[in-house]
Amino acid sequence: MDNSFLSYYLLTSALLFSIGLAVVVTKRNVIVVLMGIELMLNAVNLNLVAFSKNDPDLQGQMFALFVIVVAVCEAVVALAIVLKAHEHFQSINLDEISNNSEK
Amino acid sequence: MIPFVFIAFIVLTVISACVVLWSNNVLYAAFSLLLTFFGIAALYVLVGADFIAITQLLVYVGGILVLLLFGVMLTNQNGNKENGKNDIIGTNTNRLIGFAVAFGLFALLFFTFAKANFVNIQSNLFESIETFSTTQNIGVLLMTDFVLPFEVSGVLLMATLIGAAYLSSKTKV
Repeated sequence: MDNSFLSYYLLTSALLFSIGLAVVVTKRNVIVVLMGIELMLNAVNLNLVAFSKNDPDLQGQMFALFVIVVAVCEAVVALAIVLKAHEHFQSINLDEISNNSEK
Repeated sequence: MIPFVFIAFIVLTVISACVVLWSNNVLYAAFSLLLTFFGIAALYVLVGADFIAITQLLVYVGGILVLLLFGVMLTNQNGNKENGKNDIIGTNTNRLIGFAVAFGLFALLFFTFAKANFVNIQSNLFESIETFSTTQNIGVLLMTDFVLPFEVSGVLLMATLIGAAYLSSKTKV
């Protein structure tokens, strides 16, 4: 493919990033909020990889690889915290957790 | 043939991401997130990044998604019978503001991409090269130019392992 593919990748990643932002803002379940964060990270990765096509040094792909590593660490620690919060508050609804912690 | 497959995978990715947004059921959202990750891996293949595509499949579909499903199951052990609610069915708040902010961001990104003419910039930046397997190049780069980030990410993974095991262990009361 020639370089005209790039605009489709940019459009797709813009859509994915906005959908991920909407998920993070509107959903109240902690696990779905984590899914939204993963969507946003994937949108960023898509941009990095699309821009690094034809790059002989592969810098965009290397950066995407390290972004994936950090995303994994973030998901693991966040899920451990979610389990801890569920053990403490008996709920994973963000509003209920925030209401309970004010008491 | 290739443009048709390309458009099909873009549509698959965007529609399954929209299902994550519209579905109130956490499990449906998780399974449509699987389709999104799969579509993104296919888009990586189509742009010539085979190693990133395999990593995407291994890490996201095989790792993070299973982890999220385990999170759903571990936080719904008794279905919250005491307050008569089920955490599988999530609730939404801030719908209007959330969609307005997300649509505003999308409009901003869209007009930026439309004005910036990235296609010409990239054509001037790089010679068009024949697509080849990137695995060997990535391996060589990880051991030469990127060896410091590589080692630091190893330490980060170790710290994550210890931290997650410590956090998720039962507290002694």
